[in-house]
Amino acid sequence: MKWYSKTYIGVFLAFLYLPIMTLIIFSFNDTKGRTFTGFTIKWFVQLFHDAAALDALWTTIVVALVSSVIATIMGTAAAIGLEKMDTKLKAVVMNLTYIPIINPEIITGVSFMLLFVTAKKWLATMGIDFQFGWATLILAHITFNVPYVILNVLPKLRQLDQSLVEAAMDLGCNPMQAFLKVTIHEIKSGIVAGFLMSLTFSMDDFVVSYFTTGAKHQTLSVMIYAMTKKRISPEINALSTVIFIAVLAVLVSVNLLERRNEKRLKQGSLKWKGGAAR
Amino acid sequence: MNSKQAAYPYLMWTVVFIAVPLGLIMYFAFTDMQGSLSMDNLIRAGRYSSVFIKSIWLAAVSTALCLIIGYPVAYLMSRMQGIGSRTLLMLLMLPMWMNFLLRTYAWMTLLENNGIINHMLGFLGIGHLNMINTQGAVVMGMIYNYIPFMIIPLHSVMVKIQNDVMEAAQDLGAGPREVFTKIVLPLSKPGIKTGVMMVFVPAVSTFIISQMLGGGHNQLIGDIIEMQFLGNAYNPNLGSAISLVLMLLVLMCMSVSGFLDDEGVEERLL
Repeated sequence: MKWYSKTYIGVFLAFLYLPIMTLIIFSFNDTKGRTFTGFTIKWFVQLFHDAAALDALWTTIVVALVSSVIATIMGTAAAIGLEKMDTKLKAVVMNLTYIPIINPEIITGVSFMLLFVTAKKWLATMGIDFQFGWATLILAHITFNVPYVILNVLPKLRQLDQSLVEAAMDLGCNPMQAFLKVTIHEIKSGIVAGFLMSLTFSMDDFVVSYFTTGAKHQTLSVMIYAMTKKRISPEINALSTVIFIAVLAVLVSVNLLERRNEKRLKQGSLKWKGGAAR
Repeated sequence: MNSKQAAYPYLMWTVVFIAVPLGLIMYFAFTDMQGSLSMDNLIRAGRYSSVFIKSIWLAAVSTALCLIIGYPVAYLMSRMQGIGSRTLLMLLMLPMWMNFLLRTYAWMTLLENNGIINHMLGFLGIGHLNMINTQGAVVMGMIYNYIPFMIIPLHSVMVKIQNDVMEAAQDLGAGPREVFTKIVLPLSKPGIKTGVMMVFVPAVSTFIISQMLGGGHNQLIGDIIEMQFLGNAYNPNLGSAISLVLMLLVLMCMSVSGFLDDEGVEERLL
């Protein structure tokens, strides 16, 4: 690569990382000001003793896990059904599926809020008390997660060799067994990708959670939003450092795993070639 | 068992959680507080046309800058191989996985009047600049937050452009400029289309960036909507009417750009 290309990439990376790095550096700053006065870890200690922050972390994890699991099951089932459906109905459902993805997030959030407010009024007339909280968060998160599962699983189903399923049934499997023994293995990578995508979108979401959260439990994002309103709060810096390290650890380990798998695949095929030559 | 039935729970779900909520936006937009039919909300939404124009303008400027800045990055990345390209892609994804609010907050601390950039400028003997609460700060925040959405689709179409094709063009006498206009640019068009939509839609509807970096006098359409639902101005009917207009606007942009009509929408959305 030419020197100016390298410089360009370098400047771009500096632009990406400068803001994050300053947050991280100032998370170790002794005072609340904008000049570095001395090293401390007191903001981290404060953060890990903050009951509201820990509750928010717990809420974020529960909402992300529950909504991703349900979305993955429902989305995989939906993809399987859609694949067999006649094109007209399929087109209608797919268009509905695109809506949460292409709609501006704020509109998705607002529409859920209207739904839950209306449901609350309606249930109150029947004497049922319905409050915004975990349930509303999870319902909303499932809805914006399912499309990602469907979009990941559908292409895998299309690649699936139908004769494999038929072979399984010829050999005595009933459709359910054929599904569990053949189909699921063939589309596994799509299911996993959909699940992981759901998990990250759910944990990272702010806008939809903001409109559907209750007074009692908040997600991490909603809590961060409240913190930013106070302008200077070193706990945010500490939280940034923690999140940055967590994300870095996940990304690096995923990358290393991938590379190791690739190496093993390469070695495996080399060995095989060597064996065949002999 | 008929495997079509596997989709039925999801069919119900789309009706209750996608179709009904959108129906409710329409219902609220066309009724008043008492629930009787009314056009008032849409007429009042029309009064915010200057805010709409400002939102579209700032989002368009940010999208254009994202394309100009991001295009070379995506191209250079696509010409790299092995560990280099993988590491760079990871470095690009890493900030994207950081919480959106934290990234915007970071710019707040940088741009503030007694923020870090002004401290440094003061140190160098240059007087302080008023950066926060300006339109420039909002555009800056949009670019910083959404540029990965431009680079990733561009990169994924550009890696498919083989060096052979470019070399063939060169062999046939094309200069670097012609290689770019006749090979790289046309082949990367689908990526540009996706990138532009992926940046423009969140930028035009944001309320966080404008709130945190734009101050009180740079309100965008997202802020107005948010105020009608969770702010002091509580008025879900007016909020729904503005949302409806915003939604139609986004759909219009998408159909004009042809984002939704051709094949491969699925791949593009992921």
